[in-house]
Amino acid sequence: MEHEIIRLEHIDVSYDGEKVLSDLNLSIRDREFVTLLGPSGCGKTTTLRCIGGFTRPETGKVWFDGQDITDLPPDKRQVNTVFQRYALFPHLNVFDNIAFGLKLKKLPKDEIRQRVLQMLELVNLKGFDRRRIEQLSGGQQQRVAIARALINRPRVLLLDEPLGALDLKLRKEMQTELKMIQKQMGITFVYVTHDQEEALTMSDTVVVMNDGEIQQIGTPEDIYNEPKNAFVADFIGDNNIFDGIMRRDFLVSFGGSDWDCVDRGFPADGPVDVVIRPEDVKVVPTQQGMVCGVVENTVFKGVHYEMTVEINGLHWVIQSTDCAPVGSTIGIQVDPNEIHIMEKLFSGDKNICYGTITDAHTVSFFGGEVSFTRPDIDLPKGSRVRLTISPHDIEIVSADKSHAVGFLESVVYKGAYNECILYAYAIDAPIMIYSQNDEQVATDIPFRFDFEKIEVVPCDGEGQS
Amino acid sequence: MRKRMATPYLIWILLFTLVPLGMVVYYAFTAKEGGFTLQNLTNIPKYAPVFARSIWLALVATALCLVLAFPVAYRIARSTGNRQRTLLLLVMLPMWMNFLLCTRAWMTLLEDTGLINRFLGLIGLGPVHMINTQGAVILGMVYNYLPFMILPLYSVMVKIDRSVIEAARDLGADGIRVIGRIIIPLSMPGIISGITMVFVPSVSTFIISRWLGGSSNLLIGDLIEQQFIGSAYDPYAGSALALVLMVLMLIIMAIMNLFDSEDIEGAMI
Repeated sequence: MEHEIIRLEHIDVSYDGEKVLSDLNLSIRDREFVTLLGPSGCGKTTTLRCIGGFTRPETGKVWFDGQDITDLPPDKRQVNTVFQRYALFPHLNVFDNIAFGLKLKKLPKDEIRQRVLQMLELVNLKGFDRRRIEQLSGGQQQRVAIARALINRPRVLLLDEPLGALDLKLRKEMQTELKMIQKQMGITFVYVTHDQEEALTMSDTVVVMNDGEIQQIGTPEDIYNEPKNAFVADFIGDNNIFDGIMRRDFLVSFGGSDWDCVDRGFPADGPVDVVIRPEDVKVVPTQQGMVCGVVENTVFKGVHYEMTVEINGLHWVIQSTDCAPVGSTIGIQVDPNEIHIMEKLFSGDKNICYGTITDAHTVSFFGGEVSFTRPDIDLPKGSRVRLTISPHDIEIVSADKSHAVGFLESVVYKGAYNECILYAYAIDAPIMIYSQNDEQVATDIPFRFDFEKIEVVPCDGEGQS
Repeated sequence: MRKRMATPYLIWILLFTLVPLGMVVYYAFTAKEGGFTLQNLTNIPKYAPVFARSIWLALVATALCLVLAFPVAYRIARSTGNRQRTLLLLVMLPMWMNFLLCTRAWMTLLEDTGLINRFLGLIGLGPVHMINTQGAVILGMVYNYLPFMILPLYSVMVKIDRSVIEAARDLGADGIRVIGRIIIPLSMPGIISGITMVFVPSVSTFIISRWLGGSSNLLIGDLIEQQFIGSAYDPYAGSALALVLMVLMLIIMAIMNLFDSEDIEGAMI
């Protein structure tokens, strides 16, 4: 086991009052290939910028090889960066771009020349030294950016979505090459990407991030086989994720039937997330199926077919080498070992809020920002009430029709709807909404309540409005 | 169709630029009594001190403008939103006021009994003789032409990718070396056009030198003006002077452009 080279300790970063990283802790070992994986806006690039010295954390410390480098400017750090859109110097040619760092160090000309040529060979750009930057293709510019960073022999190389702008074939090639370079140079790579496949194929360790927090750290195998929660499961593959109820140990209920499973220790009749990988679902004749459903859609993917099958109102994604025609009914089987049970991201499956009766038949809640009148509510003025709101009864709407606004933290498709978890500003707490639409995470989303369906019961002073 | 849309402009430039230009050339080679002559041109060396003074003052003013404008332009280019708009507005504000009015205002400010000297006298530092000096001429040029340096600099600096600067920092350049190795070379086109836009009007001005420089600081512009509407009425000599000045400026601009392309090319060594 190599020793630790970078440690991030209780890092907090906000831009314009919006929290980007909250209490982030991360340790990176020497010679490790670490990938920060997450959707856009999850804070992965900001984490990289903290290591590179471009963003100063508000609180927390950055350690490099046992030294506190939190206040060290980027030019004093033994770390180099490959920037997202390469950021090559447009007024210099390939040679001078790569030689930039060495020239600043005032090395002898011969040595600079020799090392630049060596680097060009490493990144497969032999003979390109006199080319101008704008004469290069995207892939070639990428290689120059890598060579320019590596020539300084950094202890750690930071790569910010370096392959994002390349086409698929080139990306695959560069993935293998980068991995090779990392092995050959024997240095640490910290790699940022939103591409889960890239993360799984290249890394020694994957750090899955969402909403400024680390969701899971592990080897690619760990992350793929044992995702810690529905967010990771959703992000890492085209998994089926359903809302379920844990009946008792080894028995879970979802999609209208009960299933044997191998998990235990969850509270009885408590809500859970159920994850089933598409390749773990077996297609069988209807009479042998544990449940049956109608094929909605089939796509040929090369090694297998990917089908969408509707079973009891849930849309399953199934991968199979056999193709079932659209519209046909098939049976499916799932081995209990392949049913993964996870704790829900959101506690419970209902939103609980507290409010006050402000007038006859009128309830005020959400920090006093939202109130409604309903004749069936008949409680003394000033008394406290508890409101139970189903995620189905909150709707994402345009800003002019909304009752309140929340910051969208995560979206997970649950087979029939998207489970959206928002941080509601008015109550400083998360709320859950089931939506049919795809929403952009890390943005503000306006929403409105269906007042008719809110359950209101009196309570004695507990909780906040 | 596209070509025809430029016709009004072509007529305009033909009537008011090319025809007068031809006339200047014609007069420059014509004797007072009529007929071809080189006399007008061979007379010019006697004005060499005036040429030298004009070029020198314009050079000093241009250099001052560059030094003053560079940090301002960089600051504006790096600011965002409303702040950027406000700063740009402040830069352009003097340009909205008439050039003659501004220069006239400076005249009254700089006078021996002017506002500045009265203030200096009050705090026991003056009066200082300022009007009718070369310093006053340079001040007038810098004041009037500074925006013409800031704006082209700003327009190239605003296009410099922030990540390029971060990349230089990342590769070990401190603040000063980022300016020397990245910002100045990438601002070169703006520097060149800024220099041209300040130098050319400075070298040919006559109002600034007349009002702020007095009779002892005669510039080429004044000289030419005198030949056409002044006491020494001689449009033939005036045309010759104008022609020489034009050729001189063309040569200087050609050298500047050479610099520009060389700087980019030169970086390849």
